[in-house]
Amino acid sequence: MSEQKAYLLLANGQVFEGKSFGVTGTTIGEVVFATGMTGYQETLTDPSYYGQIAVQTFPLNGNYGTNSDDFESPQCWMKGYIVREWCEVPSNFRCEKTIDEFLKEQHVIGLYGVDTRQLTRIIRECGVMNGAITTEDVYAKKEELLAQIQAYEIKDAVKTVTTKEIKRYTVENPEHEVVMMDFGYKAHILRHLLNRNCNVTVVPAHTTAEEILAINPDGVMLTNGPGNPEENTEVIETLKKLIAAKMPMFGICLGHQLTALANGGKTMKLKYGHRGGNQPVKDLNTGRVYVTSQNHGYAVVGDSINPAVGKMSHWNVNDNTCEGVEYYNAPVYTVQFHPEACGGPRDTSYLFDRFMTMMRKEGE
Amino acid sequence: MPLRTDIKKVLVIGSGPIVIGQAAEFDYAGTQACRALKEEGLEVVLVNSNPATIMTDKAMADKIYIEPLNLDIVKRIIEIEKPDSILSTLGGQTGLTLSMQLAKEGFLESHGVKLLGANPETIDKAEDRQIFKDTMLSIGEPCIPSKVVETVEDALSYAEEIFYPVIVRPAFTLGGSGGGIAHNPEELHEIAENGLRLSPITQVLIEKNISGWKEIEFEVIRDSHANIITVCSMENFDPVGVHTGDSIVVAPAVTLSDKEYQMLRSAALNIVQALEVEGGCNCQFALHPDSFEYAVIEVNPRVSRSSALASKATGYPIAKVATKIAVGYTLDEIVNAVTGNTFACFEPAIDYIVVKFPRWPFDKFVYANRTLGTQMKATGEVMAIGTSFEQAMMKAVRSIELKLDTFNLPKLQMLNDSDVVRLLKRCDDERVFVVYEALKRGIELAKIHNITKIDKWFLAKLQNLVKMERKLVKKELTPELYLEAKKMGFLDKTIVRLSGEDAPEKRFASYKMVDTCAAEFKAETPYFYSTFDEENEAAEFLQEHDSGKKKIIVFGSGPIRIGQGIEFDYCSVHCVWALKEEGYEAIIVNNNPETVSTDFDTSDRLYFDPLTPEDVDSIIETEKPWGAIVQFGGQTAIGLTKHLEESGVHILGTSAKSIDEAEDRESFDELLQRCEIPRPEGKTVFQLDEALKAAKNLGYPVLLRPSYVLGGQNMIIAYSDADVEEYMNIILASGIENPVLIDKYMMGIEVEVDAICDGTDYLIPGIMEHIERAGIHSGDSISVYPAQRLTEENKKTIVEYTGRLARELHVIGLMNIQYVVHNGEVYVIEVNPRSSRTVPYISKVTNVPMVDLATKIMLGATLKGMGYETGVHPVGDYVAVKVPVFSFEKLHSVDTMLGPEMKSTGEVLGIAKSFDEALYKGLIAAGYQIKHEGGVLISVRDKDKEEIFSIAKKLEKMGFKLYGTKGTAAYLNNYGLHVEPVNKISEPGKNNILDLLESGKVDYVISTSTKGRQPAREGVRIRRKAVERSIACLTAIDTAKVLVDCISMNKSIQDVELVDITQIQISDRNHGI
Repeated sequence: MSEQKAYLLLANGQVFEGKSFGVTGTTIGEVVFATGMTGYQETLTDPSYYGQIAVQTFPLNGNYGTNSDDFESPQCWMKGYIVREWCEVPSNFRCEKTIDEFLKEQHVIGLYGVDTRQLTRIIRECGVMNGAITTEDVYAKKEELLAQIQAYEIKDAVKTVTTKEIKRYTVENPEHEVVMMDFGYKAHILRHLLNRNCNVTVVPAHTTAEEILAINPDGVMLTNGPGNPEENTEVIETLKKLIAAKMPMFGICLGHQLTALANGGKTMKLKYGHRGGNQPVKDLNTGRVYVTSQNHGYAVVGDSINPAVGKMSHWNVNDNTCEGVEYYNAPVYTVQFHPEACGGPRDTSYLFDRFMTMMRKEGE
Repeated sequence: MPLRTDIKKVLVIGSGPIVIGQAAEFDYAGTQACRALKEEGLEVVLVNSNPATIMTDKAMADKIYIEPLNLDIVKRIIEIEKPDSILSTLGGQTGLTLSMQLAKEGFLESHGVKLLGANPETIDKAEDRQIFKDTMLSIGEPCIPSKVVETVEDALSYAEEIFYPVIVRPAFTLGGSGGGIAHNPEELHEIAENGLRLSPITQVLIEKNISGWKEIEFEVIRDSHANIITVCSMENFDPVGVHTGDSIVVAPAVTLSDKEYQMLRSAALNIVQALEVEGGCNCQFALHPDSFEYAVIEVNPRVSRSSALASKATGYPIAKVATKIAVGYTLDEIVNAVTGNTFACFEPAIDYIVVKFPRWPFDKFVYANRTLGTQMKATGEVMAIGTSFEQAMMKAVRSIELKLDTFNLPKLQMLNDSDVVRLLKRCDDERVFVVYEALKRGIELAKIHNITKIDKWFLAKLQNLVKMERKLVKKELTPELYLEAKKMGFLDKTIVRLSGEDAPEKRFASYKMVDTCAAEFKAETPYFYSTFDEENEAAEFLQEHDSGKKKIIVFGSGPIRIGQGIEFDYCSVHCVWALKEEGYEAIIVNNNPETVSTDFDTSDRLYFDPLTPEDVDSIIETEKPWGAIVQFGGQTAIGLTKHLEESGVHILGTSAKSIDEAEDRESFDELLQRCEIPRPEGKTVFQLDEALKAAKNLGYPVLLRPSYVLGGQNMIIAYSDADVEEYMNIILASGIENPVLIDKYMMGIEVEVDAICDGTDYLIPGIMEHIERAGIHSGDSISVYPAQRLTEENKKTIVEYTGRLARELHVIGLMNIQYVVHNGEVYVIEVNPRSSRTVPYISKVTNVPMVDLATKIMLGATLKGMGYETGVHPVGDYVAVKVPVFSFEKLHSVDTMLGPEMKSTGEVLGIAKSFDEALYKGLIAAGYQIKHEGGVLISVRDKDKEEIFSIAKKLEKMGFKLYGTKGTAAYLNNYGLHVEPVNKISEPGKNNILDLLESGKVDYVISTSTKGRQPAREGVRIRRKAVERSIACLTAIDTAKVLVDCISMNKSIQDVELVDITQIQISDRNHGI
């Protein structure tokens, strides 16, 4: 195990000293914490972490190594990764690499050997803040680094992570044609659609409504993705047009936020977000509560939804934030959480079935 | 849905006596349940036969029946109390089975009683093997290939189909008792036959052996609205094959990727939805280590040992939430009491790792079969929380109280490598130590894995500990290395011993909070564990919440083992309550996840950590308490006294000096001389030759025991030099720190008193007398309050002596004294200036709140000031008989013969206006069947023959058929009885004793023959056979006598009065003598 020192410098000037894993160097990002106890590989490859440095609250990471099957996107988008301990001798029948080897391959800077609970508590109390991991002497260049940290902003997030070209996935006995607007999608969203006999055309985020409608889909899937939703003005305009065209749509995470913005709603930045696999969400139609997988720093302002246009369908039992909206002006529903799971619980995968039903109904 | 309006009065059924497989966790669950019900303003009626529990405390319920847990009694209680509901899922298997019987018979319906928590369909789906399999099949959850059979023949033929080895699992038994793995038809024949007998419905499951698969558990909670969550996942260190109660378990599961984890989690939810459980449910899975193949092992639709562990591991109060669900609430309506601002409808995220380590009784039962399999053998467990697996394991190993602070087991060091490899193949309680030894010797990890199937992840982590040990031995002890070792869980003491250097600094632990949410939300419940990080959340908490009150630490009693059971937890909890009542801040330190004391809201602060001097030092450093209390935590806490006093901690109550004075033989002798109190003559020895000499001088029989023990650990009566030799060799082999005491054995009536003392005055709530004569451990004796056979003169002497000892020892708080009345004279056997196992039951039947008074006295109150006179408390209207309960059917090869070494795991109480009725109730509650006809086998040693005559005569007169071994039969027949002689096992020919016992003709066995504990001896084999055939076996003449008296009373359970102990009149306080 490497004994090279590495540091985390937070925007508030606080320094955590630990050791280096992954690659060495200096990286700046928004420091967020994730509470999942499994699923670190899914976290590492989730494009929604673009621009961020993720802290795992569970102390033991890399226990089962990494493998080729559990990628949620082809690469790791995060700027840095912080754990208390990583496992040198992982054990699992699918294990191919240690988490250290994985980070090296992905050129990601890692930091281990720090008190991640202390760090989490700081983020909880102060809110998410920027920070830098460096393997250089942090004290020597603290001021310079702090200036960079404070100036750092996650920009062009969706533009960076979205697919550069249209990709088409077909199934043997297609029942539906779906266009998936890629804001930084997790592979399991695609898999859920394919498993439900959908042909899926994955299009870049900047694809216009006209181009989408030209494909003549039965429905549009709006995916998760990173960054501030308000940044995506072009996409919001596209969504307005799709709504006007009464296109059946299902939105997840960023897709949910963008749909709200397209419908005149508002979004806000949460103090420290929801990242983990244990968030309780109540379906306001049935009163049932589901445990969900979540990863978001922004949320839709619940009462910003025009009652004439839609209504809140789900909320978070812990903090009552908006977790889902149903719209009246088009066959559209969106959720803030991740029904595709990976990592996290699979309890809400039925929402994909609902999308199928909706497309079928609208098609008739 | 809020509280159901049709529920006003709820009957809660407890789990009865502590036995292996059903222990303190149900007191914890039951207590939480009662409190949750009372919180809702509901009237609670409780029935439980176990008097040592907090659950049966007057604060817990409105009506409390300490009565036998059988169908007739519960029916009568329902008729008397007319509850509108019954809560079935919090009282272990006992409570569940009773509730289901009541429901199935239609009794509940006809009496307008609603069944809360589970319905019979759910229970059948989970517990009836065939219905369970069919249910799993219908929802697509795979089971292990298996078949339910009702005969040995069917078992054998199915085994041919699925190939050996096969696992036998009897239906409806506790802790898997009666089960096992059979490798061939011979073994299967034996195990299946035994299992069929133990199963109340004569069913066993024959199952394909999947030993070596990973064993994973999920704790699930579901409400009436079908909201469903998992509280915790757990992974067994030992793969499938070892009962989970005997496994080292970690939480959360660590070797599963998200895919496998979610697969099993979804399966658990699928199962619990299908069973429609409303409350807690435990799901156990076997997962193939090299694929996604899995199988459901078992489902428990109730709170269980695992749910207690999951609650303590995560902070999520499963029993409380399950109770709220049972009375109508849904998960999103129940507030998460730990955070105070989130809801029960979420899944705990933890940011540490938990290790559960079992505590086995093999240090006491040296001849027991230690092999671990499907039948649980552990009596208790400890839990350790750490930021790494290594740290948690190191904490666990020093918490189990086997005098270890690493995984080095001294006796393994003498073996050669091939012996170690051979031992790896044996799966017993020492396997983790053997694995460690193998790693130390450089035996390849892969090889160890191949033999043990223990996951490489665990092995690699253990190897990290080996590496650290090596580093400490070889490298210079730099501050960096020191800190690294501390973070891995090494004590200073260990570091210094290994490195041979002084620690470069003294580093105290800091504390982190268990908050259910990995710090995502600010939590309100101060539940802490130690780490070696910079930040100290406990110190922070203290700063933010300075109450200005004085702080007192109460040290708990650690894992439950024979001799130190749940009663000490009862005392610790009561002490905490009294401290809070008096305006102090009470802090608990304990490591036992099964207990009420470690519930998150019992104390003002909870430290879940080992109870070693060093671990405790750090807590003191953070808390800076005003004082500490050790007298309620059994020997575990008492053992800390000297250290605490040396560290300058103010110990409340009796001083370390006085404790020492009572335990140290020489000063104890001086003390007795000063008090002019006689004791049986005795000597102190260290070596075998000294022991033999002393025994000779005193004259046989003599009593041998080590000083500083509880539960008569390693105590015997020796009748010959050979006995002394056998004993001394065992005790010397296990390492001797304190001397061995040899006393002249005096036969007589054993008497026990507990007293509360304030330095001047003393209060004896009651004088207890044992049914069995001196020589049988007090914990294994039937104990009667008030004493029945003592003369007024005896009683006066006992009270007088107690007073002298209390004053002379300056006891402040509780003390327990054992006396023997021999030829009319009173002698002192033992004085313990601390709480004892009789405190809970005596408190309950005399209405003297002993622990509360003792605690208040430690804080400065006086007995007089609280309205009590000195002397003995007036006797009430009721007689209470405490009857011990054993777990012999779980412990193969253990001799059931009672002696000075304690063997019972639990106790029950019979309360009635007369001694006869109280005894009758006690025996019934303990599981004795009072039969009025049948056969009795008698086999007693020569010195008992005279006394057995009158017992045998009575039995014959009542119409019992008598059998006897030749000597016994000849003796009795000589006096005109008609005893059929039976061949010894060793004698040639058929129809020997074992055949007779197998024949089913014998209902009682009275066996006092061979002394000695070796399993091969004739008497031991007879007694073991009786246990296997579930035949009541009496090993003391006195027990036999009272049982026969009971039979001759011709009482029925319908005749006995049922006593609500809350109605026992509080006697006038001012009537002491």
